[in-house]
Amino acid sequence: MATEQHSEGLTFHPMDQFIVKPLFGGTEVHWYTPTNATLWMGLVALCIIGLLVFGTRGRAIIPNRIQSIAELLYGMVRKMVEDVTGKDGLKYFPYVMTLFCFILFANFLALLPKSFSSTSHIAVTATLALLVFVGVTVLGFVKNGSHFLGLFWVSSAPLALRPVLAVIELISYFVRPVSHSIRLAGNVMAGHAVIKVFAAFAAVAAIAPVSIVAITAMYGLEVLVALIQAYVFTILTCVYLKDALHPAH
Amino acid sequence: MENLGQLGQYLGAGLACIGMAGAAMGVGNVAGNYLAGALRNPSAAASQTATLFIGMAFAEALGIFSFLVALLLLFAV
Repeated sequence: MATEQHSEGLTFHPMDQFIVKPLFGGTEVHWYTPTNATLWMGLVALCIIGLLVFGTRGRAIIPNRIQSIAELLYGMVRKMVEDVTGKDGLKYFPYVMTLFCFILFANFLALLPKSFSSTSHIAVTATLALLVFVGVTVLGFVKNGSHFLGLFWVSSAPLALRPVLAVIELISYFVRPVSHSIRLAGNVMAGHAVIKVFAAFAAVAAIAPVSIVAITAMYGLEVLVALIQAYVFTILTCVYLKDALHPAH
Repeated sequence: MENLGQLGQYLGAGLACIGMAGAAMGVGNVAGNYLAGALRNPSAAASQTATLFIGMAFAEALGIFSFLVALLLLFAV
């Protein structure tokens, strides 16, 4: 890094916000250490419980605001699962709902100033994506047996092309968890880093107004990205689930 | 020699950003074609928004990969 620039404008590094730090002092991070990542993921769980359990506690016929939000969320995810995977996919709706709520709330809480964005870490998103990948693969073999391999054997293609297509399909199948996890982490990380880069420019008085406008615009875009990435992650989970339940090409 | 390695790192990170242009064209293409189709047949548009987002996500993932390569070059090498 250029050190002379550090002393003038950039007083902090844009990637510093993603460092995992222990909550109660010290620098060593063990698997049991409570860190800022633990704190913000715990807050995500608390927010979801607050919305879905305590928000709907009244079970009113005419819902109040919080109950309406919870019902809209539930209805939206349920419709998404039903539209993409069909009626028999509804058995797996609770898992998809959990995924959507966790990613949505993690993305939104990360937008608070001074917060920690847990979904910007590939360790977090790779865990989510690998759970989906392993779960869907096991489910496909349990439900369809060896017919699940028909996913790689494109029966509508000419016979000579099928082995080539099978290799391509196999590769694209195993790239799924990689792109599934990196898409979410990359989008969140990139957005937050861009905001921090613009924030660093605000230290220079001449371009500070431009920088503040840019931060505001990027923040608006990030709110949109937070929602869209949660939606994309869950809808891709539904698509993979559909492939496992109905592997015929 | 150390400076040469750093030069390569920065050059590579910069070159990796060219990949984002491809992702931009891909996402724009998806959205543009969706809009063109939606304006011709607005009644079918609502049922295809899920497909739109899936297509955008696939196009965008490859741009994110190039961003990741840039980050790896800057911080992980």
